[in-house]
Amino acid sequence: MTKKTGQFLIPALSILSALLFSTLVIVMTGRDPIMIFNKMLRATFMSSYGTGQVVFRMTTLVLAGLAVAIPFKLKLFNIGAEGQLQMGAFAAAMTGVLIPAAISSPLAVSLCILSAMAAGGCWALLAGVLKVRFAVNEVIATIMLNFIAQGATGYLLTYHFALPSTVHTASITPAAIIPSFDSVTGWFANSPANISTLFSIGAALLFQTILFKTRFGFEMRAAGLQPEAARYGGIKADMHSLSAMGIGGAIAGLGAANIVLGYKHYYEGGMTGGIGFTGIAVALLAGANPLWILLSALFFSFLEYGGLTVNAYIPKDIFMMIEAVTILLVITFSAIGKRLQS
Amino acid sequence: MSAAIRVNGVSKQFGSFSANSNISLAVEEGSIHALVGENGAGKSTLTKIIYGMHRPSSGEIAIKGQTVSFTSPSEAIAAGIGMVHQHFMLIPELSVAENIMLGNEQTWLFGRMQMKKIRDRIVRDSEAYGLGINPDDLVESLSVGEQQRVEILKLLFRDASIMIFDEPTAVLTPSETEQLFLTFHSLSKKGKTILLITHKLDEVLAVADTVSVMRKGEIIGTMPTASVTKPALAKMMVGRAVLLKVDNPPSEPGETLLSIRNLEFTNLNGEKKLHNLTLHIKAGEIYGIAGVEGNGQNELLQALRGLAPAGTTITGEAALNGRSLLGKNAAETTLLGLSHIPENRLRDAVILSFPVSSNLIFGRHRERSFHKGAGFDQAAINRYTESMISDYDIRCSSPTHQPLSALSGGNQQKIVVAREFSRPGISLLLLAQPTRGVDIGAIETIHKKIIDARRQGMAILLISSELEEIIALSTRIGCLFRGAIRHEFSLDEVAIKRNQEHEFMKEIGLHIT
Repeated sequence: MTKKTGQFLIPALSILSALLFSTLVIVMTGRDPIMIFNKMLRATFMSSYGTGQVVFRMTTLVLAGLAVAIPFKLKLFNIGAEGQLQMGAFAAAMTGVLIPAAISSPLAVSLCILSAMAAGGCWALLAGVLKVRFAVNEVIATIMLNFIAQGATGYLLTYHFALPSTVHTASITPAAIIPSFDSVTGWFANSPANISTLFSIGAALLFQTILFKTRFGFEMRAAGLQPEAARYGGIKADMHSLSAMGIGGAIAGLGAANIVLGYKHYYEGGMTGGIGFTGIAVALLAGANPLWILLSALFFSFLEYGGLTVNAYIPKDIFMMIEAVTILLVITFSAIGKRLQS
Repeated sequence: MSAAIRVNGVSKQFGSFSANSNISLAVEEGSIHALVGENGAGKSTLTKIIYGMHRPSSGEIAIKGQTVSFTSPSEAIAAGIGMVHQHFMLIPELSVAENIMLGNEQTWLFGRMQMKKIRDRIVRDSEAYGLGINPDDLVESLSVGEQQRVEILKLLFRDASIMIFDEPTAVLTPSETEQLFLTFHSLSKKGKTILLITHKLDEVLAVADTVSVMRKGEIIGTMPTASVTKPALAKMMVGRAVLLKVDNPPSEPGETLLSIRNLEFTNLNGEKKLHNLTLHIKAGEIYGIAGVEGNGQNELLQALRGLAPAGTTITGEAALNGRSLLGKNAAETTLLGLSHIPENRLRDAVILSFPVSSNLIFGRHRERSFHKGAGFDQAAINRYTESMISDYDIRCSSPTHQPLSALSGGNQQKIVVAREFSRPGISLLLLAQPTRGVDIGAIETIHKKIIDARRQGMAILLISSELEEIIALSTRIGCLFRGAIRHEFSLDEVAIKRNQEHEFMKEIGLHIT
């Protein structure tokens, strides 16, 4: 098997077998799988609202996937996209609430996005510093930082910034709102899909270019693959570890643009629930490659929203299982693929 | 005599690649049989098949007349085959006896170990074959040559009658090599069969009874060593006539470029690895460092290149063109005009999964000429890649797609040499084992390029465990022992003694042990 065919065959095989598995499970729950898949397709890609829902979810997932994938290039496992996104979302909402209403819209949006990225970036950088300076395992550090982020935002929301008898903050100033596709182009009528999707696709393309066309990416990949060789080549591996964590966190924070500025327009407890973790799966399925992340995020968004649409027939738990089984199958298949190639 | 190992029409395919095709070979019982060939010729595949680590795609193997089909090395061991690997399989913290019985404790899991019986056996074997090993010594206290003898004792303990040695002399000093050859003879006198895998033709001629030459997965010929010459063997291995000794015209050194004075290096454990080391290298001069590995070679390179780990202390002076090399990192020393070919190229000098062209710029990727705007100038890199590939005779199928790991060791090393020798503005080349594990054909190219670099007026520091290489290339030779230059051979001495290579090697050997 050549490397090229393997690259396509392996994900295809794993998705196919995941489909087979889900068919089986659906049959076991006493439903007709054809009917279920048909309904899912109708409610997602065959309607403009449904497509919008998938695109909206994909937007955040691409960023969460990149947040995991970039540190992954340096063999750092960022489990903390969840906390980084949460910090970003909270920072974006607070900035949007606190800035004066008279500010122009591009400036307001930029300020909110910048503060979200700074919050997410700093949060991840903490784990990076602990790793580089004190050799604290980044997996443990990012998991702990997730708990701290959850606690901190929860406390600040509940005791200081939530509107009375709600679990969300006040709305951001209208100037900071990122418009929906519906209002600008008329696409994806009434769906939460908004212009942030362009940021997300842009980020994936940008990182593809940086990784494979620039000196920075060259050094980063080299440092991740062979740290000793990087040292010999005069590359500062620690600097790259720090910047990969920082950039990853900032990208996770950018996800707030989509959910806070583009959709909810306020911060709400639990609004980021689980997205950072699904991001790990997105990055793994894509082999941490930015372009594949676009596709893999699309696939996971389809599963997630598709699962919601057939909620009446198939419990959501079944779709959770399908997602998880898909990840396992992908990892197993890629391990088998590697063994076949060697 | 009958055949201890008979290989009959064995082929081994890995995917579409044929590592061994239709190999037939008979190793006589009690003989010393050498198997030579370049890297990738299929020597190690064949030995792995004999040792049960690979199964042949077709063909059969007979051990002492019995057709066998091993599925694992343990079956081969049971059939009386033993192997001494290039890297020893010993646990340094355990004693010789404990290492030898490891995996063969001769009792059930919770049974009492028969230490006395085992010790006696080891003492007996050691005396019978003149190995001089004490079973109670800790392995970590032994020299490399002694550790190798422990490996041999391990095989004797398992009653191996067929012993396979994979490049056994790669880690030995000249005198240890001689001792090993004596051991080979005493083993073969007592009826043990020895299969020696090597690429050093001198050793084949010195010790083997029979030699088989492999090339591209096939046996080119098997013949008594008495009937062959070194050039003939080399020609069979490579498939064309090879220049075995590089043409080394007299050099006229210029001014001093590198001067090292009273260099001291203390490592993380507080051990002094360099003692008051002083040496100078002039322009147009190759300074060869002869020495057993571990006498300070690595530390010298680390100090000069700026790769010493944090926590080490370096004092003294080391200056290139009058500018100090100490206290700088790897990127900074490079800018002072230094190029470095590290000993462990697969770990340090290349990125295995990067393609050839990326590896040709690795470490030089900051040079302006490879950049355009915010990214790399792919066209410029491709032009440079093309020229390096033709200048250094690098064989690859696609320079921008083929990962480096798919190339042979010789071609990988040519890539490193090409990159480091063509750095703009270099005046000092640090070469560590520049031809280790490299084919004869590639050695020829690399040696020529080293002499070329000398002619261009570079100062060259050559570290090699191959004394022949040191003697063939060097202008002056320094004998490194326990972190200091113990003896130095001058330009004139080297030029004269080069003609009596064997005596010169012995003389150097005295200064490095």
